[in-house]
Amino acid sequence: MDLENDHHQMRDDAIKIFEEKGFPTKKLEEWKYTSLRPVLNSDFNLFPKKEKSLEYNDIKKYCIHDIDSYQIVFIDGVYSSHLSNTTHDKFDACLMSSFLNRPKYKPLVDKYFNQITPKESMDALNTAFSKEGAYIRVPKEVAAEKPVQILNFSTGSDEKLMLQPRNLIIVEEGAEVEVIERHQSLTENEVLTNSVTEIFLEKNAKLDHYKIQNDKQKASLIDSTYVKQAESSDCEIYTFSFGGKLTRNNLHYFQDGEYINSSMKGVTIIEDKQHVDHNTLVHHTQPNCESHQDYKGIFADRSTGVFNGRVLVDKIAQKTNAFQSNNNILIDDKATINSKPQLEIFADDVACSHGCTIGELDEEALFYMRSRGIPEKEARALLMYAFANNVLNSVNIPELKRRITKQIANKIGVSLGFEL
Amino acid sequence: MLQIKNLHATVEGEEILKGINLSIKPGEVHAIMGPNGSGKSTLASVIAGNEDYEVQEGDIIFDKANISELSPDERAHKGIFLSFQYPVSIPGVSVTNFIKTSINQIRKSRGLEEMSASDMLKTMREKSKLLGIDRKFLSRSLNENFSGGEKKRNEIFQMAMLEPKLAILDETDSGLDIDALKTVANGVNKLRTEDNATLVITHYQRLLDYIVPDVVHVLLDGKIVKSGDKDLALKLEREGYDWLKTETVNA
Repeated sequence: MDLENDHHQMRDDAIKIFEEKGFPTKKLEEWKYTSLRPVLNSDFNLFPKKEKSLEYNDIKKYCIHDIDSYQIVFIDGVYSSHLSNTTHDKFDACLMSSFLNRPKYKPLVDKYFNQITPKESMDALNTAFSKEGAYIRVPKEVAAEKPVQILNFSTGSDEKLMLQPRNLIIVEEGAEVEVIERHQSLTENEVLTNSVTEIFLEKNAKLDHYKIQNDKQKASLIDSTYVKQAESSDCEIYTFSFGGKLTRNNLHYFQDGEYINSSMKGVTIIEDKQHVDHNTLVHHTQPNCESHQDYKGIFADRSTGVFNGRVLVDKIAQKTNAFQSNNNILIDDKATINSKPQLEIFADDVACSHGCTIGELDEEALFYMRSRGIPEKEARALLMYAFANNVLNSVNIPELKRRITKQIANKIGVSLGFEL
Repeated sequence: MLQIKNLHATVEGEEILKGINLSIKPGEVHAIMGPNGSGKSTLASVIAGNEDYEVQEGDIIFDKANISELSPDERAHKGIFLSFQYPVSIPGVSVTNFIKTSINQIRKSRGLEEMSASDMLKTMREKSKLLGIDRKFLSRSLNENFSGGEKKRNEIFQMAMLEPKLAILDETDSGLDIDALKTVANGVNKLRTEDNATLVITHYQRLLDYIVPDVVHVLLDGKIVKSGDKDLALKLEREGYDWLKTETVNA
């Protein structure tokens, strides 16, 4: 069949790219502050030997089960039908494999699949070896009645796994959807996830996408998300990074129309020797568009953070509003953050700003709180909580907001005197 | 209730307080007046336990205990409250949640259970009425984008909620228009009992028309150079501080 051939050709090409480029090293500007070496010291298996089955109770705490949602659940990269709840009813929320293999989807595959993923090594590796992932398509003028959760669990129980999830999200003209994407290791074993997600928003489409990343010590994640937006569309992506040995987020937006809004917000709270790297890019190619970036990080112990935010404004993209802010708190002397804004502006009538702060907790605020009877430890925790919590204000799913707030409070070790 | 004996304090090596003596009894209102840079705010901060200031000499006795070595939170637990001249904004924490945390931490330090949600709500409703605060205000982030008046009103609201034994009001009148000043002063007066005391720190006599002091002290160059009744404040308003400076030099 043609389908198979096309697909084989794409995979072969991808393997060639990867063979040529290999894994990225710190010699590359884009990977200057993140070394994959500690992760790649292990031999990872690309193909799990046997399927692991999990019961609902094993993953219960990671599902936002109190909200009505569709769920697409993967365990060690393999689809788990009994934990999932997919749909083809008003919109599609189902499996990438069925999307790629069914003839009826052929026109969509040709139009969207692997069209905006750069020909870089990790992306090529994913294209070459990915077997499964989520496929979401919301047709014209449909507002998805409930959110879709894409839940990736890894057990890593008897071998070191490398997983290659591949997702595609298409929001057609005037359509709307909310997506919650989670990567969660269930054990303390090593796992490396190399995830690629392509997102397309057509005219007037809206997507809110929430990424919740590992809170375990030895899981590593390279999460690459590529977004292409058409006229008057609105895409907000939140990234909550709470741990993992190494996390690298590539989040790249390509604006292909006027009056587009692109937002990216992130909260990173890590400790020990954990490492989180946010690499963002917004390419403004048309006039009258906006982009907003707001990343907050709290780094304890010897943890390291990287923020590399690139904003590109083409010459014709007049009246662009591009805002970028990256605020960090270093709790310990040994913690590090490398924050690097890169604004490349070729238009002359734009409003672009960036701000980056790296600091400790505000002593004046601490004294204020302590003078009201809040002991130092609690005051510090409350300040950190407040610092991170600020990003959560615009989360639109109340239950999700409550969960993440609680996760942040737990992470910081604050027992707050009020209900979250 | 409060006794300050020969208090000397420095900040970054510079001596600001140069031997303060002050004694406040339950039920009293004391006012401290003085020109800019005389050490008024430093005195307030030192009583509240601000660690930016170093106490070189002297003692602060509160309720018969020496609190000179206590942390700011421990002093708050004992019942000392400082209303800030410049309240700090804390984005991400609402007024309600901040006050709840504060009240429950103070209760915890006294071995009490947390205040029940219904009691908390009831008290907040009562006290917010006293200061003309509406409900929307309570869910805003603490002091974030508050006007000067809102900040001061919020300070007195917190004071009303915490019911301190000793309230120190540091320049509470600055930045207030006359109506806001009346509301705040009225709130302070309604909170007065026989068992608590108030220390008002101010530049201007204006506030003392509404919060009438039992004793007025004049602070000049880190020392209390004169004490008297409320008429002293009026005299200062008319004549300024120069006559005191000469008097001090002559003495």
